[in-house]
Amino acid sequence: MPWANQDKTAIVGVGATDYYVRGKSWPRTINDMAGEAILKACADAGISIKDIDGFAYYSTAGAGYLDKFDTASLMETLGMPNISFSATLTSGGGGCPGAIGLATAGLMNEDCKYVVTLMALQQLPQHRLGVVFGAAAPSPENSFLQPSGLVGPGHLMSVLARRHMHLYGTTQDAFGEIVMATRANTHNRPKAVRKAPLTKEEYDASVMLADPLRRLDFCLETDGAVAVITTTMDRAKDCRHKPAVVHACAHGGQREWGRAFAWMGMPDPHFASSGHKFTADRIWAQSGLSAKDMDVALIYDHFSPMVLMQLEDYGFCEKGEGNDYVLAGKIRYDAATQGGVNGGVPVNTHGGNLNEAYIIGMTHIVEGVEQVRGTAINQVKDAEFALVSGGPASLPVSSLILRSA
Amino acid sequence: MSEPILYGPAKLLPGDQIRISTNPNTEPFWEAAKAHKLTACQCAKCGHFRMPPSPYCPECSSQEVNWPALPGTGTVFSYVVCNKNPANGEDYIYVPVVVDLDGAPGARLNANVTGCNAEDVHIGMKVSVEWTSIQDGWVLPNFRKA
Repeated sequence: MPWANQDKTAIVGVGATDYYVRGKSWPRTINDMAGEAILKACADAGISIKDIDGFAYYSTAGAGYLDKFDTASLMETLGMPNISFSATLTSGGGGCPGAIGLATAGLMNEDCKYVVTLMALQQLPQHRLGVVFGAAAPSPENSFLQPSGLVGPGHLMSVLARRHMHLYGTTQDAFGEIVMATRANTHNRPKAVRKAPLTKEEYDASVMLADPLRRLDFCLETDGAVAVITTTMDRAKDCRHKPAVVHACAHGGQREWGRAFAWMGMPDPHFASSGHKFTADRIWAQSGLSAKDMDVALIYDHFSPMVLMQLEDYGFCEKGEGNDYVLAGKIRYDAATQGGVNGGVPVNTHGGNLNEAYIIGMTHIVEGVEQVRGTAINQVKDAEFALVSGGPASLPVSSLILRSA
Repeated sequence: MSEPILYGPAKLLPGDQIRISTNPNTEPFWEAAKAHKLTACQCAKCGHFRMPPSPYCPECSSQEVNWPALPGTGTVFSYVVCNKNPANGEDYIYVPVVVDLDGAPGARLNANVTGCNAEDVHIGMKVSVEWTSIQDGWVLPNFRKA
């Protein structure tokens, strides 16, 4: 049964700051960067900042993990006269594309007309994400995790990756191929943090941080801000660019995944997964589409193994076959044909969190918009459908299908 | 593919750098640990195990719990080899393990394992509990290769 809100809203504006290596954005402030992203998104849409009347956040309205967005402060800073929708998805980066569904809820309820979704990230030394878990005083719940020395997201993700290797024979070579294949998409991107092509020898020489994961399996640590604007289709037609139509969007998940690697109680086969199966099934049911219908997939890549597990959860390949799928070159983008390789669907044509920038998922939405507009730097020819996924993490996780107008 | 790394002995993280906090739902687990008794939170009504301890049984919504004495053995479900002490960033080989607890189906503990080289830890490895004194007089269950 098609989603009631299918093709009723669209992303009409995207805006981003430069992407800075962690800590290098100072003396800019986080609201300075957030404001730049929002104002650029308005300019891209061809609307005034005064037209913005809604905010749909994710990550519990976090800006990074320790700062917070506040709609009233943003109004005070940017001068929007009225706000009639201000809401957030809970938990963390898993909700990123789901925030577009939240925006759609506000729009279809006629609460608002133009909704901003944004993330800004500034990792000053005391705000470093990689040690967020370790820096927190252990809560009673976390006292069942943190004493084991599982203090960084990379430690946690490695435990899931190890189980996947055990169950399915998945290799570190596949993790390396994910990094190399998406690195190959950044050489022509002026804003990308890592642009040099990556060889297997260089990958294998990368420092082992949490065996089986190497430094290059970890995403970048980036400062910067990204904002997008969602509106109704009738308003979208008056905006500057071809609308990126919201074709399907879902967030949530199932109890067996739950708090995921902050818990470690997931039964097989959920443990060695991305936790996206429930949400994947929802967007396919909403749209009547499947993985093979996607022209491009923008898959949240905080850690390389999570790309492989999402490929399985979304059905690009069968469960347990991610290793062979990836090693067959099927996530690569072929610039010569502007398409996939060996029957696959190009993944992270922007280089992703691993190579371009890590703004907690927002860069994946921007790339999805540019692909269905037909203006992407690594354009997939005639791209009609783009899948965007949120970070495998504590629920909710989420996903979005954008469609060309 | 690159060769597996030989790490040497898997060490427990030093207890004097570890803190926990408790609440009324979790305290019986930690009080038992203080007496070197391994337990897990079990629904007194339907028998379902849940860890960490929480105020309701997710299966039947009962708030009644049992704290059965477990054999103190288990099986490594998954693990990661880490090489820096999180307290100070110094080189330190430790192996966080997720352990399926014998006698408590579905209940797991996250801990360190010792008694073998880090590169020899594997999924399916049998382990037995090893008690580590930590800050504030509490005691943490870790594991040793059985």
